[in-house]
Amino acid sequence: MRNELLIGVRFTAATMLVLGGLYHAVFWALGAVAFPFEAEGSLVRRPDGTLVGSLLLAQPFHADEYFHPRPSAVRHDAAASGGSQLAWSNPQLRAEVTARAIALRAREGPGWRAVPSDLVTASGSGLDPHISPEAARLQVPRVSGARGVEPSRVGRLVEAHIEPPFLGIFGGPRVNVLELNLALDQAFGPPRQDTAFGLRAGVRSSQPGA
Amino acid sequence: MLTVSLVLVFVIAVIVGTSIPLGRHIARVFEGRSTLLDPVLVPLERGVLRLAGVDAGRQHDWRAYARALLLSNLVMWLAGWAIVTLQHHLPLNPDGIGNMEPTLAFNTISSFATNTNLQHYAGETALSYFSQIFVVTFLQFVTAGTGIAASVALMRAVAGARSAVGNFYVDLARATVRILLPLALALATVLLWQGSPATLDGAATVVTLEGHTQIIARGPVAAMVAIKQLGTNGGGFFGANSTHPFENPTPLTTLLEIWAILAIPMAMVWTFGVLVKRRRLAVMVFAVMLALFVPLLALGLAAEAGRSPEPAGMSVGPVDAAMEGKEVRVGTALTALWSVSTTATSNGSVAGMHDSLTPLGGLAAMAGMWLNTIFGGVGVGFINMFVFIVVAVFVAGMMIGRTPELLGRKVEAREMKLASLALLWHPLAILVGTAAACYVWSATTGSGSALGWLRNPGPHGFSEMLYEFTSAAANNGSGFEGLGDNTPFWNISTALVMLGSRYVPIIVPLALAGSLSAKPAAPETAGTLAIDSATFGVTLWAVVVILGLLMFMPVAVLGPVAEHLAGG
Repeated sequence: MRNELLIGVRFTAATMLVLGGLYHAVFWALGAVAFPFEAEGSLVRRPDGTLVGSLLLAQPFHADEYFHPRPSAVRHDAAASGGSQLAWSNPQLRAEVTARAIALRAREGPGWRAVPSDLVTASGSGLDPHISPEAARLQVPRVSGARGVEPSRVGRLVEAHIEPPFLGIFGGPRVNVLELNLALDQAFGPPRQDTAFGLRAGVRSSQPGA
Repeated sequence: MLTVSLVLVFVIAVIVGTSIPLGRHIARVFEGRSTLLDPVLVPLERGVLRLAGVDAGRQHDWRAYARALLLSNLVMWLAGWAIVTLQHHLPLNPDGIGNMEPTLAFNTISSFATNTNLQHYAGETALSYFSQIFVVTFLQFVTAGTGIAASVALMRAVAGARSAVGNFYVDLARATVRILLPLALALATVLLWQGSPATLDGAATVVTLEGHTQIIARGPVAAMVAIKQLGTNGGGFFGANSTHPFENPTPLTTLLEIWAILAIPMAMVWTFGVLVKRRRLAVMVFAVMLALFVPLLALGLAAEAGRSPEPAGMSVGPVDAAMEGKEVRVGTALTALWSVSTTATSNGSVAGMHDSLTPLGGLAAMAGMWLNTIFGGVGVGFINMFVFIVVAVFVAGMMIGRTPELLGRKVEAREMKLASLALLWHPLAILVGTAAACYVWSATTGSGSALGWLRNPGPHGFSEMLYEFTSAAANNGSGFEGLGDNTPFWNISTALVMLGSRYVPIIVPLALAGSLSAKPAAPETAGTLAIDSATFGVTLWAVVVILGLLMFMPVAVLGPVAEHLAGG
């Protein structure tokens, strides 16, 4: 029995090293050598080198000059992912979805009919970086109006950022909101700070200079 | 809807197709025949066994085999518990995460040691990288390997191994190093390429385009997610599991992770065919499993992807809450396929929040766990199916008035007692657990709302408790995560259920197979019940559905069915 226990302990130590340590070391090295961008979390930087976000994760947008991501049950907290966990039958879910739809209509103005489901529901991770093409197109009038550019120019930018479904069928077409907003800033310049971060958007900027 | 169905039929066909050569490969490894990757992996396997001091030549009977299994699992449990409760003092903790509270640690380690991966914590805030690497990833390999080893031992006993069923440590080393490791290396490479992180740096702090500060939790994600999916583990690096873009960055990774959920559980059936030298029997068992899986998938898909938008009033146009808890890059159809696959097998990872599934979508997920025999956890699902086969042989034998025989060996009172014990444990754990939770909830002042357990009212609140015990008993690990489950009641009760539901369904069938193989084999005659026939397949399917589902009818009606009928 004691001998058997010893084998159990030694086997545990050996497999912990190989299947835990060695296995992870392979990908730590592979990440550093072959996929440094992906391994670090797909982080993008400004020209001055400061980090602006991860291309794989949603970040909050409230200003009219930017496209908005899906609602998040965790307020886009990338250190505490999660969904609303509200049941289909829960009246609170109906209330939240309806309230979002009304707010959406007020913000985006008339001129569209159906509310894209993804824009009024909280994502599973709370960090869904994508919206559907319909959800992006719906925001074009507001964004172009706030930036004072032709809607068709912003519309073309949206169309250029639609990622088709994988192999044409899997996972639905989608638009990465951060990529689109970065492209907006590149094409038309960053929004004037008094409008983008000021009272109009109701957002307090923690680092106005950034 | 038709296109969606056709696409999914194609996806399943591809997964079934690849499971056949994989099953043959697994059989080759356990028969000791040479395989393509031997030059690299055999030295590694020998190295592990030498470090452990295992005498690879020694064979064990089922008792010694089961003892080694339990003893090794106990050591692994203790090592894991020690690490997570001391993680604050250990290296690789850049975000300064504290030690895990003891009852939560009891639950967490019991969960990972039993291949369940129920998580009452969120990985990004509760586990250091050291714990993720040396506890979670390590246990995700060895517990999956334990399941594979146990079913291979069972297959050897069924094939007629008289006394010796193998050497547990040799089987475990083969399962982990030569089967799981190469698959995990390949899958993790693709995940990394697609964007899943692999870093030991702590959380990144960014300043968003609008000037907010966002803290981005990350870590050695890609490597862990690969084995999480392949070993029917399901425990995520992050709280949001595979809905989190770092765990599942693209539609390609969604497909590959679904493949990884199903591949080995399916392959084990083909491995059985090779090891027992009964291909037709394997085909029949596989067909029965598929005939259980497809209706659940159809139900889940119809509930999630086929739903029509409903009017919300307020003149805002049709509003559809179909995407609540789901991700755009995954979509409704693949979320449905994932949710049914992850619960039918005992995986438990999610690509959409199950609490926000429709009532019938949630029912399909729970039914898969109630049956707990469709492909099933790496190896263990097959063991459950073996018990059902014994019962079906018995029932069929009674119906035609013959002594029931399985592969020439008589099924008698002792075997039936063991089979009944193995089969009854599962509903007992789920129903008694749920009843206890309901009692505590209703006996608490203020109708339990003071407990803060339930996120949702009405029948769905009941479903949250039912789902939790179902998931624990099926060693699944998914959850209706609205349940406030990090409390001593849930931590301790579900941990006990997980432990019982892991080892009873492994040890009892081993005893059953051991008891069968000790009997003399009668030659097959024209009067022998042909268990590889279609007739027996239909009988087996009916036995599984009647015995496996009927006991859960009342709770299904109280929970998801009531919610559905109430117009949910």
